[in-house]
Amino acid sequence: MNGAPLTLQLLNFCAALLLLLSFAMLSQRRIVNLVNLLAVQGSVLLLATLLLAARTGQHHLYLSAALTLGLKVILLPWLLHRLIRRLGVYWDAEPLLNISGTMLVGVLTVVFAFGLAQPISQLASTATRNAIGIAVAVVLLSFLMMITRRKAMSQVVGFLSMENGLFFGAMSATYGMPMVVEFGVALDVLVAVLVLGIFFFQIREQFDSLDLHHLESLREEAGHGGRS
Amino acid sequence: MRPIEVVTQLLELAAALAAAPLFLGWINQCRAWLQNRSAPSIWLPYRGIAKLFHKDAVIAVRASALFRLAPYIVFGAMVLAAGIIPSMGTRLPFTRIADAIALVGLLATARVFMSLAAMDVGTAFGTLGARREMMVGFLAEPALLMIIFVASLISATTALPAITEHLATQTLGLYPSLAFTAVAFTMVLLAENARIPIDNPATHLELTMIHEALLLEYSARHLALMEWAAALKLFNYACIGFALFIPWGVSTGQEAPLALLASIPVLAAKLIVAGGALALIETVSAKLRVFRAPEFLATAFLFAVLGLLVHLLLGA
Repeated sequence: MNGAPLTLQLLNFCAALLLLLSFAMLSQRRIVNLVNLLAVQGSVLLLATLLLAARTGQHHLYLSAALTLGLKVILLPWLLHRLIRRLGVYWDAEPLLNISGTMLVGVLTVVFAFGLAQPISQLASTATRNAIGIAVAVVLLSFLMMITRRKAMSQVVGFLSMENGLFFGAMSATYGMPMVVEFGVALDVLVAVLVLGIFFFQIREQFDSLDLHHLESLREEAGHGGRS
Repeated sequence: MRPIEVVTQLLELAAALAAAPLFLGWINQCRAWLQNRSAPSIWLPYRGIAKLFHKDAVIAVRASALFRLAPYIVFGAMVLAAGIIPSMGTRLPFTRIADAIALVGLLATARVFMSLAAMDVGTAFGTLGARREMMVGFLAEPALLMIIFVASLISATTALPAITEHLATQTLGLYPSLAFTAVAFTMVLLAENARIPIDNPATHLELTMIHEALLLEYSARHLALMEWAAALKLFNYACIGFALFIPWGVSTGQEAPLALLASIPVLAAKLIVAGGALALIETVSAKLRVFRAPEFLATAFLFAVLGLLVHLLLGA
């Protein structure tokens, strides 16, 4: 590692920080903190994008950094905070697996992700190819978070953090996706959060709670409805 | 064995013995400031120890020799540990006998004897404290070992002075793995030294205390030694942290006595900053329930493992 240029070291540091933030999210019970962590994750991503842009001189990366700043650091956390305030959900219920158990599964996930990314990083020719493993790990950890959480709100945060992981993966494997794709994904994410926000209100109106295991009873009621 | 090495060794031991209560006093003072209380004197731990040495010891009727011997064993282990940790110089004659893993073992020995002595008298609180102490210890030790392994992987040796020397003399670089392990180490330090998220050093509420419960039956010189040993333990942990994560300023190699002299103010500065940081952490965090302690230490272990994985992946 010694002798590597400073920007590369900083990039690797950002990668490690992203992994750390994923674990912090996995262990966090308060939804407000979860959203704050998401904003921090967006900021680290922004920093990584800027560093990579400065290092490779690819101008479209500056554009995607601006996109990250506008969308992931400012707009989405703000939207989510507003949703939390209006819905009055501040805590997630106890996750399906307790925190220590989730953490251990998380470590195994990271090992798996690193193994998975090994062949990919050998194919990549970018300077940041080592970070691909971390990107895959962030994606899988967000996935794990979506699986273990009950409240719809935390699942959305997991979804957004998964997108962050994918973005970082694309960045470290090929120095970013084409601009069109990036804009498309950004728009998708924005729309998804807006639509899910409307869904939250609907879910709460139906079940008086954002706990998603209530949704499982929908099936039976639909069956009754069909018969009558 | 060169004379300068012997001087370094003796100086380190003397500094540890003298500065450990001072470090504790400094932390207490910082905590008082942060909590808007009027601060106790920084010399208070010395006065407490001196006062206890002048008192007559009271020992429980059923106490065995183990109870009487334990303070000396614990204190001895801590002094020996202080001799192994390179806080000022890395060329120490003592360190040839023990590497970092042996150091962890030494700290564990002290813990075992402390717990045995607490159980020896047979009071309920002593037993309770001993059990909790062992629980914390058995969770904290793997994390501490893992932390040391990360540093060992980077410098390819388990000898603490060699690790420090390697980390201090190489070109400056960012080590994400070391950053992870530094967080883990801070958590282990807090847990092992009965600091706030796990145990409150200022408490005398029997149901929540761990460290104080172990010392409940001790008085006079035994208690003084135990408290001095606790201060030394905190000092040792701080010095392990410095050796692994901020090794700069330690005199390495075969330099003149000048480097050794220069390392004294550096160590003092590190201790002052670390004490302030520790007080800050303790002030902003609340004490966890005992049943949350495994979660806290599992997180520390996780951070250490993450550090290891990141080191293997990124090579940094």
